[in-house]
Amino acid sequence: MSGSNTMAMKKVVQQLRFEASINRVKVSQAAADLQQFCLQHAQQDPLLTGMTSSTNPFRTQKLCSFL
Amino acid sequence: MCDQTFVAITFGPCDRCEKNFPLMSIYIQGEAATYCSFCVDTMACEGLTKGETLVTLKNESDSLKKKLEEERNKLHDIELHKVAEKVEVLGALPIKTRRVLKGHSNKVLCMDWCKDKRRLVSSSQDGKVIVWDAFTLNKEHGVTMPCTWVMACAYAPSGCAIACGGLDNKCCVFPLSLDKNENLAAKKKNVAMHTNYLSACSFTNSDMQILTSSGDGTCALWDVESSQLLQSFHGHTADVLSLHLAPSETGNTFVSGGCDKKCNVWDMRSGQNVQSFETHDSDVNCVRYYPSGDAFASASDDATCRLYDLRADREVAIYQKDSIIFGATSVDFSQSGRLLFAGYNDYTVNAWDVLKGTRVSILFGHENRISSLKVSPDGTAFCSASWDNTLRIWA
Repeated sequence: MSGSNTMAMKKVVQQLRFEASINRVKVSQAAADLQQFCLQHAQQDPLLTGMTSSTNPFRTQKLCSFL
Repeated sequence: MCDQTFVAITFGPCDRCEKNFPLMSIYIQGEAATYCSFCVDTMACEGLTKGETLVTLKNESDSLKKKLEEERNKLHDIELHKVAEKVEVLGALPIKTRRVLKGHSNKVLCMDWCKDKRRLVSSSQDGKVIVWDAFTLNKEHGVTMPCTWVMACAYAPSGCAIACGGLDNKCCVFPLSLDKNENLAAKKKNVAMHTNYLSACSFTNSDMQILTSSGDGTCALWDVESSQLLQSFHGHTADVLSLHLAPSETGNTFVSGGCDKKCNVWDMRSGQNVQSFETHDSDVNCVRYYPSGDAFASASDDATCRLYDLRADREVAIYQKDSIIFGATSVDFSQSGRLLFAGYNDYTVNAWDVLKGTRVSILFGHENRISSLKVSPDGTAFCSASWDNTLRIWA
């Protein structure tokens, strides 16, 4: 069974080699991009800005009058 | 719980040496073969370059892991919440329950929205899968599955089909018809077959392909029409509990989380595991991409939710509080990505400020654990499914 252990180990090493070689960005840059995305789309986020009853289909209408 | 434990011993002629020995079935370059254990050992040694033994490989893997840690830490120059200090603090959210969907007779395990933003499908421990109209609370379709514990369900992008599965180890697709009297169960199509329970399923950008994850430790991509396995993804060492496809139109990556505490990012075409994150202390129950596709969040039994950035290749935020001691079972982002809604085993939903790392509000209402939570496609509401047999729509 040492054969399959060696095979498994070889796969692990190959995977680690692959992962070690990817390009990484600084956290400050990545965080700034995340923040920018949030702020750019904040106005279009109904759960964040709170839609009024008339535009949100799930909120019940306030007043219902017979015409 | 990986499929290695389910191997049955067969005896017969080996594919390589033609002698009769107990056989092992293995995959070489994607092709299945049955070899005897002597041939497997010989082949394994052939793949090694000169001088490589188990010991040298182990040393190399340890040094590579250390190097990975160092590389990741080098770029860790600042925390996300520090960067977000100047951002305005969020006020109280005016979110409450707007609809309660009653109809299941047992725990609701999973739900999914339709792209038309009003329909949703839910599946339950009672074996029933129901398609609801969330505006009117009408039940539009209902199917009874032959097994109980239907743990995964998904709506097709066209809105014309649903997929579900669970303890039956399969994922089946039902085309939805406008005719209410038609028997849905008759049109059932078995698409996926795993060797353990189906934990999650999702259609890709079209109705033609389905991605599944299973308790057997693998994820798989299937063609719906022919039920063919297109690609399988091996790498998790325990049950895979959740998966989510990257949001972009051309995206061909997805993230999966499992009981081995890892979150893995995969390339759908090659089957390669491109990135792996292991910082949770317990099972990862749910993973969800950030709306831009550059990050993803995970929810775990260790009572925390974490945000991982794919370009920085590390965890960038933890959403936790000392007062939260129950596991988080599901997460989803609001449309802008500013809010993270998480459902917990203490029956509450917490809304977190993604940038600042603070909790914005707690939403009470359910009377048992939250099993699944998803924001609607246009972001106007989110739906939570619970073990209290109901689903709630919050807006």
